[in-house]
Parts: sequence; structure tokens; C-alpha cells
Amino acid sequence: MKKYTDTGKQDTRSGFGAGLTELGRTNPNVVALCADLVGSLKMQDFIDENPERFFQVGIAEANMMGMSAGLTIGGKIPFAGTFANFATGRVYDQIRQSIAYSGKNVKICASHSGVTLGEDGATHQILEDIGLMKMLPGMIVINTCDFNQTKAATLAIADYDGPVYLRFGRPKVANFTPEDQKFEIGKAVHLYDGNDVTIIATGHLVWEAIEAAQKLNEKGISAEVINIHTIKPLDEQAIIKSVRKTGCVVTAEEHNFLGGLGESVARTLAENNPAPQEFVATQDTFGESGTPEQLFEKYGLNAEAILKAVEKVIRRK
Amino acid sequence: MEIKKLEDFATQVRRDILRQVHKVNSGHPGGSLGCTEFFTALYQGGIMEHKPEFNMDGKDEDLFFLSNGHISPVFYSVLARSGYFPVDELNTFRLIDSRLQGHPTTHEGLPGIRVASGSLGQGMSVALGAAQAKKLNKDKHLVYTLHGDGELQEGQNWEAIMYAAGNKVDNIISTVDVNGQQIDGSTETVLPMGNLKAKFEAFGWDVMEIEDGNDMKQVIDGLTEAKSRTGKGKPVCVLMTTMMGNGVDFMMHTHAWHGKAPNDEQLENALSQNPETLGDY
Repeated sequence: MKKYTDTGKQDTRSGFGAGLTELGRTNPNVVALCADLVGSLKMQDFIDENPERFFQVGIAEANMMGMSAGLTIGGKIPFAGTFANFATGRVYDQIRQSIAYSGKNVKICASHSGVTLGEDGATHQILEDIGLMKMLPGMIVINTCDFNQTKAATLAIADYDGPVYLRFGRPKVANFTPEDQKFEIGKAVHLYDGNDVTIIATGHLVWEAIEAAQKLNEKGISAEVINIHTIKPLDEQAIIKSVRKTGCVVTAEEHNFLGGLGESVARTLAENNPAPQEFVATQDTFGESGTPEQLFEKYGLNAEAILKAVEKVIRRK
Repeated sequence: MEIKKLEDFATQVRRDILRQVHKVNSGHPGGSLGCTEFFTALYQGGIMEHKPEFNMDGKDEDLFFLSNGHISPVFYSVLARSGYFPVDELNTFRLIDSRLQGHPTTHEGLPGIRVASGSLGQGMSVALGAAQAKKLNKDKHLVYTLHGDGELQEGQNWEAIMYAAGNKVDNIISTVDVNGQQIDGSTETVLPMGNLKAKFEAFGWDVMEIEDGNDMKQVIDGLTEAKSRTGKGKPVCVLMTTMMGNGVDFMMHTHAWHGKAPNDEQLENALSQNPETLGDY
């Protein structure tokens, strides 16, 4: 079985920061905005190197989204950064009218998504943002799994002309994506080939899916693992092809089971290849304070939860 | 253009507004009629430097953002009669498959529109982004906005107003249409907003007033003065007092025509008060 090596735990937000810094050097049209969370978003290097291309808006996310839309008029490529909660729910209508409906080339860069920002609790966590963003016509929705993939995605979305929601997080997680792996928007990444079950994971749950697949292999269960970093547009062909082979699927995400990756997969399969599916996701609940590990365990978002879901879904075949 | 010619232009725009909303029995004539002189001054009176062909980027020209998008009839009429799209297209206002949506949008590619508006309070933020892009591009042109007075009840405006002064965005002229009316009644009865001049000044803006925003000369002179105040470290606010429904006697002194179209008889009456000057579409 293929080995995926964790080259050292890093946070995905630092991958974003590294990507933004590189863009600052390579793309003169890239500008950045932040609503008083520069340190949390790892934007300081970009700011130090390009002070004139950075806009500190203060604690005013609505104005930040509107300004981002306006900056595109004049050819800029704005990267607007804040916590996922404040980057989506708080400013949904600003994103909807001034960015999505207006077709503006704005990159909404959302850190601290899901529950794994940890101790701050549910006011700062968000488990609804994928749903909110994927429902907006024309919005690209990306949820990256590790440092290298987040950096690559940050670079890739600058070359895409249109609104993008890029979702990443705070905790240090395994970094296993090859540094030179090209990020293709809307293209699934195959991690394991298998025959008994398909595990489709996104974001921080991808590493958990890898660990689950290794444990399943020891039990003689062959799991196919797919990293869906782009939830919209969804790589439907990759999903259909895999589930036709395995006959069942487990989806895994740090998000509510309502509105997330799992529902997008379920719709795709319902239309093309109906199959038993189990959802590793939060069950229509808010998060709470705790360490990332504790929260993953309590809300059923780790490799252990994936294993249980696999056993259940295989019985339903 | 001389004042009389601009007034004739405005009279034709008033006819366009009335005929657009009458045809589909919907739309917002009141605020549109009140801002007719303002739009005419911007696009025809030499206030804005704008290119005849539309380019979304708007480099090397002045830009305008309508934040209170519901007064689309006046915007559409002036854009069409300024050459952005065929005047005949005003016939399609609010109809299915039209580029002239109820509220302005870029979605159907209507030339002259740079952002969707209608959900209130968002225009100034967008304009500030465009103004900052102009500074980055070393483009000396200006960014103009229009807002309803009632619209200032939306909190996002005050985020933008604070940002603009704090960051010395001095290439923007934001005009507030002070007509004292909103859908549910007068601004005084719905939500009194106090002294707008003092509020903008307290936030650090350079504020001036146009006493009668339906007097073409006052509007031209006022906006010319506003232009001279740009580039001096402060954003410029113009508080422009207008009469909602101006030019149609029975639509004035009331909020009743904020979002209501005239019937056949009322249209005839209203048009008789605004004789054809440039030819109806």
C-alpha cells in the first residue's frame, strides 16, 4: 500500500500566507484586504513586501467585500482574508450582490473554518460556509487539505477569472501533498485505489481518510480514497467512476452534513449511480470550545469515525 | 452644454422614466424624477469625463456607481441617451429577457453598469475599491456615487464612510439624495437620521450642500465645486436636497410614488407636464 509521508505538521493558513507572498512577487495585479486579522491569516509577509497593495479595512467585513468587488474594476485581483464565519455568513448579501451576481474576480480567503479553530468556540467556528457559498451561482468553492495544497490552490485561483471561496484552517495538520503537485480547480486527487468502498474527503478530513484506509487495509478491506478539494464545480466523473466500481461511499468533511460535500456527492450519485452513502460530518449542530483533537472526536470527524462509517456502509451494499 | 439644453434633456428623461414604469406597471418613479438633474449633469453637463464606449475596467475615465439601484429608470434613460445602448431598449425595462432589469446589474452585460445594486448600502464600498484601484493605477480620474438618504440607515455605509476618511480616499464624490422620503413614509417618521452634515463631518469628510437638486444650474455649480475639493486629503460628500417626484405635480410632496407606477390617465397628465424635447423612444 502506498505510503503518504507527513513532512511535518503545518497549518493550512500558513500555506495560504506562503502562496499570497509568492503572488505578491509574481503577479502585480494581486492585492490583499484584511479585516483586522492579519496575524491569523498569515498575511504579514505579503504586506511587508507590498504595503501599497494591502488594504486594512478594520473590523468591517461588509465594507471589505464591497471594496474587493470595486478593486476588480481597474484590473486588480483582490484576496480578501478573514475567519470563515465572518467571510461568509456575516456578509452573505454583500458577496451575493456585489461579487457573485456582479461576476467580480474576488478571492474570498477564509481561515479558521470548521470546528478546529478550537477554544474560541461556536461564535468563531462555522460549519455552514460550504453550503452558503456553493449555493451562490458562479461561485467556485475550494477546501484544501494541507499546507502544500493550500499554497498551490492560492496560486491557482489567481489565474482563474471569477469569484472563488477558498476555505482553510488553523490547526497544524499533516503535510503530505507533494510540493510540486499542480492544483487543478475542479479536479479530484486520487490517493488510493480500492474495490470495496469509496472514501471521499475534503479539507482536514483527508488525512483522517488516509489513516482510515491504512487501517482498513490491515483488516482486508480495500478502500479507494479521493481528495475532493473543489466542492464546486464537483469532479462528478471521478466520483461516479469510483462508486460504480466499489458500490458504496463514505463522505468526510468538517462541515454540517446539510449543505456540505456529502450532499453534493449524494446528488451526483442519485442522478447517475445511486449507492449507499454514509456521512462523516457534523449532525446539524453548532461546535463548542475544546482542542481540535477533542472536537474531532466528540463530533465524529476523525479516522475512527470514518472506519465506523465504512463498516456500516459496506453492510448496506 | 448650456443650461436650457440640459433642462430639455432632463425633461425628456422624465418622460422616459414615466413611460418605462407605466408600461410594466412597476418600478420607482419618485426618486428617479427627483434625481433627473443630477444624472443629466453627470453624463451630459460635463461633470464626468467618460468614454463613449463602455469598458468595465474604466481606466482613464471617471466612474459612477448608483448605490440606490431602485431608481434605475433615470439611470437607464440617461445611459441610453448618452449612447451606451440603444434608446429603444428602454422599451424592455423590467420585461423578461431584458438587459434592463428591475435593479441595475452587470449580469446581462448592459453597458454603463459596473456593479449590481438594489440591495441597499453596498455602493460606497464598491466605489471605494474602485477609487483605490485608480490610485494604484496612477489614474487621476474620479469616482462618483449616489445614495438615498434613507439608504444611509444601512450600517455598511458607515463602515465605508469611516474607511474613506481614515484612509484619505480623496478621489471620491459621494452624493446623497436628500428627499426625506422612503417607502414607509418620511425619513423623520421611519427612522430620524439627525444631522447628516454633522455626521459626515464627524467622520472626517469634506461636506457641501446643494440646496435645490432640481435646479440644473445649482447641480452643475455644486458638482463643479465638489470636483475642485477632491485631491485634498478628504473624501467629498454632497448633500443634495431634491423633491421626490419632481416635475409631476401630483407625485411631489409625498412618498406615495416611491415605488408605484402611474395608470393611463395619470401618465397622460404627467407627460403633459413634460413635453417631448428629444423624441420619445
